[in-house]
Amino acid sequence: MTPILEVQHVRKSFGGVVANDDVSLAVPAGKIYGLIGPNGSGKTTLFNSIVGQHPVDGGSIRFAGREITTLRVPQIARLGLLRTFQQTRIYRGMTCLQNMLISVPPAGLGWRSVYLRPSAAEERKAEDLLQFVGLHAKRHLPGGDLSFGQQKLLEFAMALMSQPKMLLLDEPTAGINPTLINGLLERLRQANRDFGITLLVIEHNMRVIMQLAEYIYCLAHGELLAEGKPEEVQKDQRVLDAYLGAT
Amino acid sequence: MKLPAPRELLIPAVILAFGLLAPVLAPSYRGQMAFLWVMIVFALTWDLLGGQMGYNSFGNILFFGVGMYACVVVQRDLHLGYYAALFLGMGVGALLAVAVGALIGSGLLGLRGHYFGMVPPLFPGAVGGRETFFYYLSFALAVVTFPVLRFLYAGRFGLAINAIRDDEDKAEAMGLRTTRYKTTAWCVSAFFLGLMGGVVGNLVGFIDPREVAFAGSTFGVWMVLMAILGGKGTLWGPVLGAAIFHVTKELFWTYLLGWQRVALGLLIVVIVVFFPRGILGWARERWPERFGQRVDEPASEAGR
Repeated sequence: MTPILEVQHVRKSFGGVVANDDVSLAVPAGKIYGLIGPNGSGKTTLFNSIVGQHPVDGGSIRFAGREITTLRVPQIARLGLLRTFQQTRIYRGMTCLQNMLISVPPAGLGWRSVYLRPSAAEERKAEDLLQFVGLHAKRHLPGGDLSFGQQKLLEFAMALMSQPKMLLLDEPTAGINPTLINGLLERLRQANRDFGITLLVIEHNMRVIMQLAEYIYCLAHGELLAEGKPEEVQKDQRVLDAYLGAT
Repeated sequence: MKLPAPRELLIPAVILAFGLLAPVLAPSYRGQMAFLWVMIVFALTWDLLGGQMGYNSFGNILFFGVGMYACVVVQRDLHLGYYAALFLGMGVGALLAVAVGALIGSGLLGLRGHYFGMVPPLFPGAVGGRETFFYYLSFALAVVTFPVLRFLYAGRFGLAINAIRDDEDKAEAMGLRTTRYKTTAWCVSAFFLGLMGGVVGNLVGFIDPREVAFAGSTFGVWMVLMAILGGKGTLWGPVLGAAIFHVTKELFWTYLLGWQRVALGLLIVVIVVFFPRGILGWARERWPERFGQRVDEPASEAGR
């Protein structure tokens, strides 16, 4: 099966610090993959490189059979590759419903749509997805009034609204009430299963990622340290050393 | 499109009636009242960029200046009939302003107004007998500007520029074509300011480059203050702010002559200290439910 996302030999450094060094990974369409690694191992940098936040120093990135290495963020987003942020980002001054309505698939919006109102179908879909993440009752509240965990859910719903082919999730469970994590995981799986969205998830919570992902890449010091099925990675001595600080 | 409820039409109806009857009821105040509508258009067009889109610009006055100069040149040099020249001048001014706005919006132009002051600024014919005409012209402009903006804010354009205000990087990460919306916003703002430039030029009769080209202590700053006073980023805020500001200012100029600038300065301090979010912004914080920000049913379905 050809991968939907293919990262090959990507290198990125900031001044003298090498954040990603010769990183290669591939995610097949329709799967949930995980990306783990200790703090500062270059996971978020890799996400930023993939979505075109900054140019890479070397290597290539392909998405859905297209070279996207030199494309910029909005162009890549319109191809159907979206990311969520570790420090959740929503439109704080707009209501949840408005947050959703402006997140419709942007590729289909022509010039004329600038002057039109969102359609009834779009509003229904926005309400359905808010229901899906459990925020329907708060749909008329400004996004900035929600708790951090709820903002994460809203950001996730916005990403779904945009009907991406693939989602890069940067620590989706960080800051979420532990009792809600299982519900969120179920929704991630549902998004993957029912909407066919491929997921690549950065996660620090080992219990979570071992449950969620079927294949895991582990980064350390900017390099790919190990990869494999969750149970393999879990037992890998190099991974354990990296997390426990052994050299 | 569904029609607004009668209750929502009450305030616009009162304002319309006031605007239409004012010159008849108080003919000697026509000049000041014309400027009330001018101020409202100023505040509305600034708020489009500064409030709704979050681009706190002090350069909007540039469009006004462009419109004013284009209008005077057409009126002076083309030797047409008075009204033909006036309307042609206003149109040319508006189009030029839009062109400048498009350049700024697409990020090609970062300039502010240093390009004025080359034309001998004199408008042909005194306003004199045409004061009522110019009053209604500025009134008509305000009456057109408001619903156009209201229509735009209600659609995807409004959502998009609000998103740009809240987090432009996020909007780009979601694939929104931000440049398209920004360019539209600058052009709409420039269009109405450009039109207004011609009207005000004729009302005043001469152009003081310090007033129309620089972010001086007059229009350029007032348009910002009025929008902030009323509540930036709200539909009615700029209208309310402009009305209060203009009336207060006229009172200062009448009763506190000599101290008017001190009084105006104090007013500005009061606005910034006590109403940093403006009157409507303050009201929205106080009574969020009345502005539609409410929670349905028990809020227990989502975590806190």
